[in-house]
Amino acid sequence: MDKFTTHTGTAVPLRRSNVDTDQIIPAVYLKRVTRTGFADGLFNAWREDPQFVLNDPAYSGASILVAGPEFGTGSSREHAVWALRDWGFRAVISPRFGDIFRGNALKEGLLPVELELKAVEEIWARIESDPRTAVTVDLTAREVRLGESTWSFPLDDHSRWRLMEGLDDIGLTLRHADDIAAYEATRPSFKPAVA
Amino acid sequence: MVGVTRPRTLAEKVWDAHVVRTAEGEPDLLYIDLHLLHEVTSPQAFDGLRLAGRRVRRPDLTLATEDHNTPTWYDDPSFRLRRGDLLTIADPTSRTQIETLRRNCAEFGLRLHPLGDENQGIVHVIGPQLGVTQPGMTIVCGDSHTATHGALGALAFGIGTSEVEHVLATQTLPQARPKTMAVNVTGELGPGVTAKDLVLALIAQVGTGGGRGHIVEYRGEAIRALSMEGRMTVANMSIEWGAKAGLIAPDETTFAYLKGRPNAPQGADWDAAVAYWRTLPTDADATFDAEITLDAGRITPFVTWGTNPGQGAPLGSAVPDPEEFVSEADRTAARRALEYMDLTPGTPLRDLAVDVVFVGSCTNGRLEDLRAAADVLRGHRVADGVRMLVVPGSAAVREAAEAEGLDKVFADAGAEWRFAGCSMCLGMNPDTLKPGQRSASTSNRNFEGRQGRGGRTHLVSPPVAAATAVAGRLAAPADL
Repeated sequence: MDKFTTHTGTAVPLRRSNVDTDQIIPAVYLKRVTRTGFADGLFNAWREDPQFVLNDPAYSGASILVAGPEFGTGSSREHAVWALRDWGFRAVISPRFGDIFRGNALKEGLLPVELELKAVEEIWARIESDPRTAVTVDLTAREVRLGESTWSFPLDDHSRWRLMEGLDDIGLTLRHADDIAAYEATRPSFKPAVA
Repeated sequence: MVGVTRPRTLAEKVWDAHVVRTAEGEPDLLYIDLHLLHEVTSPQAFDGLRLAGRRVRRPDLTLATEDHNTPTWYDDPSFRLRRGDLLTIADPTSRTQIETLRRNCAEFGLRLHPLGDENQGIVHVIGPQLGVTQPGMTIVCGDSHTATHGALGALAFGIGTSEVEHVLATQTLPQARPKTMAVNVTGELGPGVTAKDLVLALIAQVGTGGGRGHIVEYRGEAIRALSMEGRMTVANMSIEWGAKAGLIAPDETTFAYLKGRPNAPQGADWDAAVAYWRTLPTDADATFDAEITLDAGRITPFVTWGTNPGQGAPLGSAVPDPEEFVSEADRTAARRALEYMDLTPGTPLRDLAVDVVFVGSCTNGRLEDLRAAADVLRGHRVADGVRMLVVPGSAAVREAAEAEGLDKVFADAGAEWRFAGCSMCLGMNPDTLKPGQRSASTSNRNFEGRQGRGGRTHLVSPPVAAATAVAGRLAAPADL
């Protein structure tokens, strides 16, 4: 996983709530067996509309997506995170995320930033009035900064540490292989096996 | 947590029994009793294993099936799939994905139920059906509807592909302990009102984010009175209101359902298992972090009008006016939903004509669901211009339905009796809506384009689906 410490870029206002992962990437793009190359599927249905914000050249090159509440609800497809990363996003700001999406994002170095709706609305207004406005997402300080404004966001210490170090979860867990083996020795015989 | 004596909830008991390691400031490391796989969310995980030179730690706790990408229709009615047939998959990318799963299962020594196998089917239908889903287990799958297995008192939740790889390699997952929530459903459901109506009404009340960060337990007399299959319908939709998992305490209904299933414990193991399962229900004086109460007696057949599962209303009501919602976010979402769904505020929901009716999915694709639909269809015909698909959740459900003659009921009514799979739930296989088509669907998501680009979905129960097929517009069986 790529390390994440602090990131500064321009931001896209996505003024929608309940952006489910079927919207982020429709199921037809999930037939691929690779982990990259999903940018063409990102918001594919919405991008057919020339007015859709991602089609606006003013926001080209943006790396922070600013969305309404309940972003990433629905399907567990990690492809949604891969598509956002492939497009060039490093962080998504929303008042609330779907749990599975949030977990997937943390695994892939896409920072899910939870800010109150009021803060999101203020950011929307400012990046709409000037699409070149620089926004900084600082994981070290757990802050979003825009000009003179600063908003704190919550993230547990463990997730923050993993992101800042770019650590692979499997490697971390395998340090405790003895604990896993010890647990396995205590499993009751009535637990089912399928092989 | 050895020596814990404080009263605990069902979810806490299952969680505590699976903690491999706990440390201050870190998520718990949870042992996973069963890992279910399908073709869509696993290929990249297997690639990761190969890249790192890792093996699957517990092939004996890992079970795979083919469901999302598979066709459910063959032009020749006498056609019978042979085990492992691929001939019927026309789309080369779908075919490659299925072939990839087969290669991965062969390489890593995993049990797979491929197309044409007697146990092939939707991953969340075959687990309980085989008896491999049991109370007190931890179960994960790269699929958000994994909470279905919670109906049997298992702690079951959906994960992403990175986590699939993690479980393959370690049989564990690091997980922060969520909060607990009780959903108390009092009273009893009226005649013709189903588990699906119950859960749709619940989601409309609490919203799509209402369960965020919580493991929920569905409780109360209305839940106890549900069949095992009805309980699966309720638990299945836990993710649609944001819950991490949804459990129902095991009881005599659960034990009777499991006894004698192929992977259920036998002999002395059965007795030991039941004795353990009886210790799992929430202690009388345990407390939840949050509680919700729902009166089952007030629930009537329920349908969705919008583009998320929380945008629902009683069938007897009308398309709502977006301006009447309290928050600006809800008003905006409702305006957009009505535009996408091509609906006008004030139109009675019963006036909405449909093009397609879909009965199936991990929500409502089990035998009881098919019986409920067939009971409504007997002696009726699907309305002219309406296409009705009936898709059993598994090959075994299909066989059981045929043994009861349900296939004849569907065929006589003019519905399509199809093979097992996820089918029109998700717009990934050949079963899709055309742009602008309106469906009544027993599945779980009415998202924009979910059943096919431009398709418009109304979520309904199996009896409402069948009545709608006959009436040609949204209807309850009593309307026929």
